[in-house]
Amino acid sequence: MEIKKTSLNKLHQSNNAKFVEFAGYEMPIQYSKGIIEEHKFTRSNSGIFDVSHMGQLFIYGDESLSKELEKIFPLDLKNLKQNCSKYSFLMNEDAGIYDDLIITKIDEGYLIILNAACKDKDFDILFNLLGSKFKMNLDNNRSLIAIQGPKSVEILNSIINGVDQLNFMTGNWFDSDNQKLFVTRSGYTGEDGFEISISNDKAEKFVENLIEKGAQLIGLGARDTLRLEAGLCLYGHELDINKTPVEANLKWAISKSRLSNGGFIGSKKIMNQIQDGASQIRVGIKPEGRLIAREKTKIFNDADKQIGEITSGTFGPSVNGPIAMGYVDKEFSKVDTKILLEVRGKKHPANICALPFYKKNYVKGVN
Amino acid sequence: MSEVKFSKEHEWITLEGDVATIGITKHATEMLGDIVFAELPEKGSNVEKDGTAGVVESTKAASDVYTPVSGEVVDTNQSIVDDPAKINEDPEGGAWFFKLKIKDTSELDTLMNKEEYDKFAKETSS
Repeated sequence: MEIKKTSLNKLHQSNNAKFVEFAGYEMPIQYSKGIIEEHKFTRSNSGIFDVSHMGQLFIYGDESLSKELEKIFPLDLKNLKQNCSKYSFLMNEDAGIYDDLIITKIDEGYLIILNAACKDKDFDILFNLLGSKFKMNLDNNRSLIAIQGPKSVEILNSIINGVDQLNFMTGNWFDSDNQKLFVTRSGYTGEDGFEISISNDKAEKFVENLIEKGAQLIGLGARDTLRLEAGLCLYGHELDINKTPVEANLKWAISKSRLSNGGFIGSKKIMNQIQDGASQIRVGIKPEGRLIAREKTKIFNDADKQIGEITSGTFGPSVNGPIAMGYVDKEFSKVDTKILLEVRGKKHPANICALPFYKKNYVKGVN
Repeated sequence: MSEVKFSKEHEWITLEGDVATIGITKHATEMLGDIVFAELPEKGSNVEKDGTAGVVESTKAASDVYTPVSGEVVDTNQSIVDDPAKINEDPEGGAWFFKLKIKDTSELDTLMNKEEYDKFAKETSS
């Protein structure tokens, strides 16, 4: 299959991007300054991320749509205010996660942002569940640009006046350059920032404008170190079809009102796990010294029994040390528990630690 | 000091008497990106030509470091373990990895000179 390109591909090339294939797309892993510089620039200034490979699913319908979607997502959608966003999951009957997503209530429907590798399958699953009663559009004509970091609000507001009024996890339509943009205050870095849905033919000019105002392009490499420092999950690593939201330590994302009555796909398993506890749970892990423990590194207790596995591990540039996330047996999940990581045949000491590794700078909002 | 030689695994080597100094090339560091971890062989250990003699890790991945010749490890560069970013800054100078007392100088004959290596690096990275 031919590799897909986003509307910003030429701009990435002219900015000396190193490309990798990601979910069938040619995406920039880094630019000439490298991952650590890009990471630090995002934390101190403003980074631009091309996330156009992600799915933008618009679903429109009458008031029955919220009711139908509540049979799928563990959210109180009927009481979700217009323009408010929620983090959620698409699950199977065993509460295994098909995808994690952000759903926003918009005029006459919802906008759901899906992971690139999952979006086509998600569409099929949702179409099978919802039937043809509702209009569903996985919109390939729109790009998705994230701008993240403390200077982002000032930079973006100088182009799209009014975005500074958005609260965290809310969005709205804005007019700019004779077109409608959907902007949400959200992100995946632990910093204040925005995601902008924009038509493909306007995306390049829009990003050039952001660069002129002082923001810089950031690749997927730094996106990964930033999200890991922020303790955020990456689908295919922390989350997959064999993990549930309770095991992933994400039960905060399940609306409380839905826990008493259930009625969503996977609710039985989730309610059982909340009552009895999950046998394994996602934790933060800090190796001692400088050792990096990558994905699939085995975790042991001091009696040489395997108690878990790393799902993501790297060097955290802002933490200035190695960081990781993984799953461990519940009895070893307490903060400050000593564990051992097997790297290249040797066992190295590490500690369970609280997430996030790096403190968030989100703008407080209504949620 | 002898002419700098290069291996296909992107190590450089110089020889002074029977002691060789070995590091990774600038080209290797450019391919790896920001280096954040280095592991070196133990002083006094013996390493075999083309065998593993260390590890470097970038933010993205771990890579083995190979030795282009056999010998006994007589010194290692602790400063790159303490500050791995030095490897990106000065890979073919101050950020050498280890020194070997080599057994067989003829092992160097199979290695590339600068011109050959530059050509090899260009061909294999495109």
